[in-house]
Amino acid sequence: MVEAKKVEYWRWPETAWVNPDVDWRKGQFITAGVDVGSVSSQAVVMVDGQLYAYSNTRTGSDSPDSAWKCVNMALKESDLKVDKIDYCIGTGYGRVNVPMAQQTITEIACHSRGANFMYGPEIRTVMDMGGQDCKAIHCDDRGKVMKFMMNDKCAAGTGRGMEVFADLIRVPVWEIGPRSFQIDKEPAMISSTCVVFAKTEVVGLLQAGVPENDIMAAYCTAMAHRITELLNRLGMEEKFAITGGIAKNEGVVKRLEKELKVKTVETVWYDPNMRDKGLPFDTQIAGGIGAALFANAMLERGRVKSARKA
Amino acid sequence: MIVAGIDVGGKNVHAVIASNGDILAKVEGPSGIKKAEAAEQLYEEALKQAGVKRGDVERVVATGSSGQRVTFADGVIPDAAADARGVIQFIPSARTIIDVGAEEGRAIKISPEGKVLDFAINERCAAGTGTFVDTMARALEIPLDEMAKLSMQSTRSIPMNAQCAVFGESEVVSLIHQKTPKHDIARAVHDAIAGRIGSVARIVGLEDDVVMVGGVAKNVGFVESLKRALGTEVKVPDTPDFIGALGAAAAAVAGVLEEKVEAKVVEKETIEEGKS
Repeated sequence: MVEAKKVEYWRWPETAWVNPDVDWRKGQFITAGVDVGSVSSQAVVMVDGQLYAYSNTRTGSDSPDSAWKCVNMALKESDLKVDKIDYCIGTGYGRVNVPMAQQTITEIACHSRGANFMYGPEIRTVMDMGGQDCKAIHCDDRGKVMKFMMNDKCAAGTGRGMEVFADLIRVPVWEIGPRSFQIDKEPAMISSTCVVFAKTEVVGLLQAGVPENDIMAAYCTAMAHRITELLNRLGMEEKFAITGGIAKNEGVVKRLEKELKVKTVETVWYDPNMRDKGLPFDTQIAGGIGAALFANAMLERGRVKSARKA
Repeated sequence: MIVAGIDVGGKNVHAVIASNGDILAKVEGPSGIKKAEAAEQLYEEALKQAGVKRGDVERVVATGSSGQRVTFADGVIPDAAADARGVIQFIPSARTIIDVGAEEGRAIKISPEGKVLDFAINERCAAGTGTFVDTMARALEIPLDEMAKLSMQSTRSIPMNAQCAVFGESEVVSLIHQKTPKHDIARAVHDAIAGRIGSVARIVGLEDDVVMVGGVAKNVGFVESLKRALGTEVKVPDTPDFIGALGAAAAAVAGVLEEKVEAKVVEKETIEEGKS
């Protein structure tokens, strides 16, 4: 019997990176941020507030296991052992179940702080696109959250919407962005807001022989429109950055910029060879970066004691 | 006078052929992707069943979300108007109609003459529609008609947190993993939709008698949940899924080829301001 090869379309590939320019032995404080999300989990390790290592992995059915998996993966290519970490903060949907963390902080605060680090202190609006929610955040020049609007009630405009779509048309999420521009002209967006109804609409378009790339463009535009609604409710203040998985989908990002008439701050798009090229910024690690930075600041100010075990 | 009423909905087409108050044919079938073709095919079937020729039918009135696609119709009326005309024939005491179809849920306030007085609709979100039940039945791996029977066995109410059909599916899966009995999950699903429909109904204001129609009205488990959500008795006519088509046929008899109703569109508030 031939077994059909199971292809996974809906999640970004797992990645890990260790900064060759940082020697952790010379650092005073080694901190970690572990962001256990609904779909993916990230671990970020910092040495005195400098990015040392990170991983972006898939969340399993168990939060503690997912936390361990991403921490181990981040340090796999390093000789730094987990028990050398001075302080670890858990964040994300599964933050209460991060065994190696001494403390938890909400992902809103962490993403805001992380975006400040990744894109600079001029960032005033951060759009965090999560696996099953999305948040539009206003922050100050230190990445402190001033105000935010969120949607966690409706799958439209969240990573989940894109996952469902990728699964339906059987195209991996990382191909959707580039392919959505391989079109003759911009099609009308998918008119259904609801993901369930959008599926029916997409099936109809496929059956009517509409090219797949056009359907991807139509879905990306719909998603951009949905995110715009949230950003308009908060009010746009430049500069603007997007974090989370959808930030890697240029099909959505470029259309969002067009609708908002606002450019996002330059970031590095997903590239299959990202790790080999040593590109450090995966937009999904913003929460982990923020958490690790909070841990570093607490140690520096003497607010917490090092929990280092070895 | 022979007339026909065709209701082309998101999931099914219903067609009736009537002659001076007698129903000659009543047929239903899936509306699929090609709604116009599905309507045409079903009309042919209805004519065959009724034993009448196309030319013998004086007037054809269409309704439903794809009513405009019925090329052979003499007129098209909105679903709410068709529901009102359909219900008043069978339950003259009806003042509020709750219609839950595959892709829409609506509440209609009607006059004793069967005129639409007020009308609210939830049309952009699958929560609060038949599609929600379909999706959850699939997650539970049980046939749709099982859902009704199972939920009637439940004596426990478990609130569902998800207000979205996509997130609801994950919630049902996790309830299954927690070994929650399927009948309790089935009831939770019905309660969730009923709660959503209840908020649509409150926009028009509830007035007895409340009558439920549409495909989901065949689900007795859901009707029970709706009674609980509304806190009042809910009547269901025979063949509640044919009410739209029967109403369209009634409009055909009355020579009504168009009708206007204003809907209050209910949109779920999904954005909330957070506190940091």
